[in-house]
Amino acid sequence: MAASAVVRRLSSAPLRDHRLLRPFSSTGSESTITVETSVPFTGHKINPPSRSVETTPVELLSFFRDMSLMRRMEIAADSLYKSKLIRGFCHLYDGQESIAIGLEAAITKKDAIITAYRDHCICLGRGGTLVESFAELMGRRAGCSKGKGGSMHFYKKESGFFGGHGIVGAQVPLGCGLAFAQKYLKEGTVSFALYGDGAANQGQLFEALNISALWDLPAILVCENNHYGMGTAEWRSSKSPAYYKRGDYVPGLKVDGMDVLAVKQASKFAKEYALKNGPIILEMDTYRYHGHSMSDPGSTYRTRDEISGVRQERDPIERIRKLLLSHEIATVSDLKDIEKEVRREVEEAIAQAKENLMPDPSELFTNVYVKGFGVESFGADRKEVKAILP
Amino acid sequence: MAASLQSAVFLSNRIDPHRRLFASPARSLPGTKGSILVVRSDGRISGRLSGRNLITNAVAVECCFTKADTPTSSTDSKPGHELLLFEALREGLEEEMDRDPRVCVMGEDVGHYGGSYKVTKGLAPKYGDLRVLDTPIAENSFTGMGIGAAMTGLRPVIEGMNMGFLLLAYNQISNNCGMLHYTSGGQFKIPVVIRGPGGVGRQLGAEHSQRLESYFQSIPGLQMVACSTPYNAKGLMKAAIRSDNPVVLFEHVLLYNLKERIPDEEYVLCLEEAEMVRPGEHVTILTYSRMRYHVMQAAKTLVNKGYDPEVIDIRSLKPFDLYTIGNSVKKTHRVLIVEECMRTGGIGSSLRAAIIDNFWDYLDAPIMCLSSQDVPTPYAGTLEEWTVVQPAQIVAAVEQLCQ
Repeated sequence: MAASAVVRRLSSAPLRDHRLLRPFSSTGSESTITVETSVPFTGHKINPPSRSVETTPVELLSFFRDMSLMRRMEIAADSLYKSKLIRGFCHLYDGQESIAIGLEAAITKKDAIITAYRDHCICLGRGGTLVESFAELMGRRAGCSKGKGGSMHFYKKESGFFGGHGIVGAQVPLGCGLAFAQKYLKEGTVSFALYGDGAANQGQLFEALNISALWDLPAILVCENNHYGMGTAEWRSSKSPAYYKRGDYVPGLKVDGMDVLAVKQASKFAKEYALKNGPIILEMDTYRYHGHSMSDPGSTYRTRDEISGVRQERDPIERIRKLLLSHEIATVSDLKDIEKEVRREVEEAIAQAKENLMPDPSELFTNVYVKGFGVESFGADRKEVKAILP
Repeated sequence: MAASLQSAVFLSNRIDPHRRLFASPARSLPGTKGSILVVRSDGRISGRLSGRNLITNAVAVECCFTKADTPTSSTDSKPGHELLLFEALREGLEEEMDRDPRVCVMGEDVGHYGGSYKVTKGLAPKYGDLRVLDTPIAENSFTGMGIGAAMTGLRPVIEGMNMGFLLLAYNQISNNCGMLHYTSGGQFKIPVVIRGPGGVGRQLGAEHSQRLESYFQSIPGLQMVACSTPYNAKGLMKAAIRSDNPVVLFEHVLLYNLKERIPDEEYVLCLEEAEMVRPGEHVTILTYSRMRYHVMQAAKTLVNKGYDPEVIDIRSLKPFDLYTIGNSVKKTHRVLIVEECMRTGGIGSSLRAAIIDNFWDYLDAPIMCLSSQDVPTPYAGTLEEWTVVQPAQIVAAVEQLCQ
């Protein structure tokens, strides 16, 4: 416990801290900039929000830094996997970072996010530290799940991140349950249940959607459509690949998931909608550069040209870089410095995580049941109370 | 709540001579700190405060079939009130919903209809639609939703209209309910109660006569209990709701109309404990749920024939109460398990293995296990009768064991 506390203090600055080597050249740090999203939103049974998004230079810079951090983390995880420090399944999120960042920009930590197994970056966005993430990937005790969860089971209860689930589609009913609890406890917050285009064909999704619509739950179902369900392209698995329309009676919005500002706008819109009217589906059109997982090269079912084409035209980090440069918020060398700093941070975190120990063997049996192993029990006259063995 | 009791045990000086002192079984968990006072069923105390006088060998409560040590088996408390088992379940549920606003019930037809077995009758008008929720027929998702709600602190009671329907929710129960506490490193606890009637009814057909105890028993992180009388139904329901672990409460379709007198005062039973139904000397018969009544019927015949069976209702199917069972085996040296589960991979097979592992030296005869036949339950009445264990078979088995 002490070791991990020390580790946390030594870790680098929190995700949203950005230090520039030069002050802003022309714009003041608080001025708003209005940017148009790459493509307009398409709505299903709803009027889509406007294409113009307001943002500030500070926010744009934070987007750039955070997305570069996530990108670097995933690439580092790739090489750690190849050097056999990460075992089992490792599903990487590079290319999709804009969804995690855009979502975070629109909501608070009291809102809940639940996702499937491609969860490293979402955990980071929710406030997880790099050391926690790498330690969990390598199965060390400083990991966010004490090394007992692994790549597919990242959780962070304090900041409303509910995982981290291996079975495709099973997290969507859980997410609707989170929304139910939020409505029950009258918290005024929403739940985002993220799933992929492959999971969109799961029956339990439609069951949960039906119940959420019936009970007016503040649930937002976000389909991260990267067009491939492992090795199966979306046109081969879904009769209707318009996932935002699949809700039928539930309204939907199609968003360019590679544009962080579009994601932010859509998430804000969805949160306002869900708090008043019940569930809504967001389809994020995105792309993953890696294969489905580390054991999938990713090139047997799609061409390298396609991957490099998307990287050139739609990469989320490049888009923000162009914005920053065109609005003269930062120079080329500023951005390069940020990238170098991010790289250094990730390397430091990996070094720290590598030093961390594997969990103690007694940890095999802890946390199977909640401590206490039962409940106090007493007879009808309440004269004796039985002790509970720990 | 459990944590606050860890370092103290409250013992009254005036102990009712008719009250049995229940004790937690001693568990050898790694990292167990022995700072707890444990009162064992025979009154011995281990721990720091030994030396107190405790009165032992009392029977806690009157139950229809309990053989009392003293002629009057009434307790110190008032006579109580009579009710049916489903009413006892409802009473337990209602008391817990009154006590804790986070308890809610989800299931098919639990609200406006009042529950297909009337367990939740009257609760929806009292607590409203948000606490007693009628779900569509979507077991997979509403079980998942209950688990998701539990992750944030609600305490849902999920009802499967028939236990067999919960097979559709097996993924949620196994992967999310049982494992989330572990895979999150202890961050989330899942205080759900999953309950529903199961077992062989009166000619309900194969798909509606399933016994799922054996399917759930190897899910780590889950606790399973089976109720058999109105008294233990109410106590176990309350304990299951208060427990921070996921609990599966198995009820039986044919036991809902059992009538019994239960105390007026509040009581909560221990989830991990077995119930001594009838103390005896010759053979230990371990049973649960409906088979308890077949065993007691056979016990009458056996007593007439001169045998003295000890009948224990194991109640806790996961984990087994090896303490009570072990004490019994040490006394009688012969074990018969009577269960309604299937022979292959049922509760009886696990129990047999557990007894052999732990109490081999005390056995004088091989452990016999009477269980249901490994067939889908047929519709025809005569055939259905022969899939489950009948009292005559129990008598024959005891006679064979005691040769």
